[in-house]
Amino acid sequence: MAKKNKKISTTEEQAQVRQKTKQTLKRYGRKRGNLVPILQKVQGKLGYLPKEAMLEIAEFLNIPGMDVYSVITFYNQFRLNPPGKHSIRVCLGTACHMKGGYITLDAWKRRLGIDRGETAADREFDLDSVACVGCCVMAPVTVVDGKPQGKVEPTKVDGLLLSFEQEREKKSKK
Amino acid sequence: MKVAELSTITSAFEEIKNRAECHWRALYDSGKPVIMVGTATCGRAAGALEVLQAIKAEVNRQNLDCPVIEVGCLGHCYAEPVVIISKPEYPPICYGHVNPVIAERLVKEFILGDNPCFEFVLGALEENDLVPSFSDFPRAKYEKKIILKNCGQIDPTEIDHYIAKGGYSALVKALQMQPQQIIEEVKRSGLRGRGGAGFPTGQKWEVCYSAVGKPKYVICNGDEGDPGAFMDRAILESDPHSVIEGMIIAGYTIGARYGYIYTRAEYPLAVEHVQIALRQARRLNLLGKRILGGDFSFDIKLFQGSGAFVCGEETALIASLEGKPGIPYHRPPYPAVKGLYGKPTLFNNVKTFAYIRHIIDNGGEWFANIGTEKSKGTAVFALAGKIVNTGLVEVPMGTTLRQVIFDVGSGIPKGKRFKAVQIGGPSGGCLPESALDLPIDFDSLSDAGAMMGSGGMVVLDEDDCMVEIARYFLEFTQRESCGKCTFCRIGTKQMLEVLDDITQGRGQIDDIVMLSQLAEDVKAGSLCGLGKTAPNPVLTTLRYFGDEYEAHIKEGRCPALMCRDLITYYIIPEKCERSCDACVGTCTVEAISANKNRIKVIDQEKCVKCGTCLDACPPQYDAVLKLSPPSEVPASK
Repeated sequence: MAKKNKKISTTEEQAQVRQKTKQTLKRYGRKRGNLVPILQKVQGKLGYLPKEAMLEIAEFLNIPGMDVYSVITFYNQFRLNPPGKHSIRVCLGTACHMKGGYITLDAWKRRLGIDRGETAADREFDLDSVACVGCCVMAPVTVVDGKPQGKVEPTKVDGLLLSFEQEREKKSKK
Repeated sequence: MKVAELSTITSAFEEIKNRAECHWRALYDSGKPVIMVGTATCGRAAGALEVLQAIKAEVNRQNLDCPVIEVGCLGHCYAEPVVIISKPEYPPICYGHVNPVIAERLVKEFILGDNPCFEFVLGALEENDLVPSFSDFPRAKYEKKIILKNCGQIDPTEIDHYIAKGGYSALVKALQMQPQQIIEEVKRSGLRGRGGAGFPTGQKWEVCYSAVGKPKYVICNGDEGDPGAFMDRAILESDPHSVIEGMIIAGYTIGARYGYIYTRAEYPLAVEHVQIALRQARRLNLLGKRILGGDFSFDIKLFQGSGAFVCGEETALIASLEGKPGIPYHRPPYPAVKGLYGKPTLFNNVKTFAYIRHIIDNGGEWFANIGTEKSKGTAVFALAGKIVNTGLVEVPMGTTLRQVIFDVGSGIPKGKRFKAVQIGGPSGGCLPESALDLPIDFDSLSDAGAMMGSGGMVVLDEDDCMVEIARYFLEFTQRESCGKCTFCRIGTKQMLEVLDDITQGRGQIDDIVMLSQLAEDVKAGSLCGLGKTAPNPVLTTLRYFGDEYEAHIKEGRCPALMCRDLITYYIIPEKCERSCDACVGTCTVEAISANKNRIKVIDQEKCVKCGTCLDACPPQYDAVLKLSPPSEVPASK
């Protein structure tokens, strides 16, 4: 999984992550109960939770880094690798599954060349599944950049990807 | 409470209520037409924001004095996006399947002109002589809206709308009662927890009231993790104050100082609306220090869950609030005695809290008159899957499954045959046709092997494979198992492997016995609800649909033509039209090509069995066939 993602490496980048994390932490009390909200906020800022951020948080709450890591890996929401520019979340709730959500997920995997939980090498897309977004009526649903798209079947996957491509072309022309 | 304090509370609320009613009247009784757009998550997925934008643009272009407001979910999700127009001299009319073009027309022809555009009408909200109203729908006979009443009719981001509709009056009434009186009232109502287990709410409140320890906490469990359920989301999005009011009353009753609303981060709109609602309630001093000038103080924080199904279990939820992995611990002591940070903690579901204000307002007696002997009140269901009227319904307990599915939900689309209904998500079960006449209540559903759960109802038709659905739920619970109990961690994994084998054609006849044994062991060997109920989908499908398991194992055949390893797609050469290329063009993996006679052939090596060709083949040719087992394909000539 990790090999497809570029890890932050330069000391400069690491310092930046620490800086941003520190800034976010200012708004919180040093209570263990704040751990999950802090992680959510930091991930919102950085897009993911790199090691430097974990260490910073652990130090702030005065708990072992191991505890932070165990919480991060327990919950589905947190990610350890950088997200892509566009996020693709395939809903696999009951209604979506029965209406072919797994076929849709296969179509995304095939087109993007990555598996669940991965980010494409060019960092354009990241792909994941979600348990249920509660739009069962529109099944099968794929949440594209936070917006639930209804009735996403393999042909619509191609359509959505095409629209991203057109957008990119438009931008590059400008 | 002292008399002086009581008068402060009532007069403080009087002022708030007057202002809210003024605000409401200015909107609805001023002779101006009002346009309401349903912009809950389900509406947004169907394009409600685009419709909203189109309406606003048109209203501006025409320079109309017509407020456009956003409301929540009306429950008619099958007809999203939904727009309600309330124009003087007309009943409020609801339009369904609105798109930006229709929206523009509605503004031009109905707001500007006098044509109510009957062709787009879904129904009127009130009875009248002009357009059919929702009360004329067959479903109206069964529906009884209590906690869904405000949903889709008020702007959830405006506390004044909620107050004008009678909101927070129950809180004022409760603040004038003794805690024991409130507990008595809730007990008299017979309300049982709506999170699924159905524990009597009044009893829980009493335990928590008598428990020693301070501060006490009130937690609203909105971690609606069941795939296929969206009732709590809809209520938090469309009527957040009803939940907050219920929580404040609970806080006053048990003597709590703090509350948490725990909801899923996957519900961003619910999070946003709850945050707005909390801010507004605080501003009016309905929440916070010395509520309405009395001596009771209570505040609520929102906590976003991070995507772990097991956190719906109260002890796991506590762990997650304390900043730990959501791993359940042993009960007793129950959280009502020893919960968050070791203090007495009251847990109730979103819907349970939403009922409280109605019980306080109308009395426990009133509530106890609705429903069956042991299950009082109404049940809220999210209808999804193969059903015509997907959406939210609220019916009295005791309504039969058949009435909900066929009368309220209008049955199965495309003339297909009903096969089963999945109730209660991963903890529930699949009930067959023969169970349809069961009255819905906590006990009859558990007797049939399913459970009320939190209220997700997914209807399955003849195209759905029952082995696959059991496998699907087990895959879900197996992945979500926290790993604490051995049987839940490894037993579900082994069950999943067996089911994988069966759905992929490698099943053995002994597998069925092994599955049932494992299922019993997992049930017995697990600590929390997740493991205890995880085998339910398998057990119920084995009980009611054993023949499907046998077809998979003995014949390598999936009767519903769903399991991908047991089916194949085939184009009937005699039916295929030479001049048509529909399937070739749509095939996502380029597995279809034309032979020298221009007859299309599927390359089975390349085919990923997505079924796109079956949908693409024009109905007049109907040449694509799904077959199981794959050996059914006639040898090519």
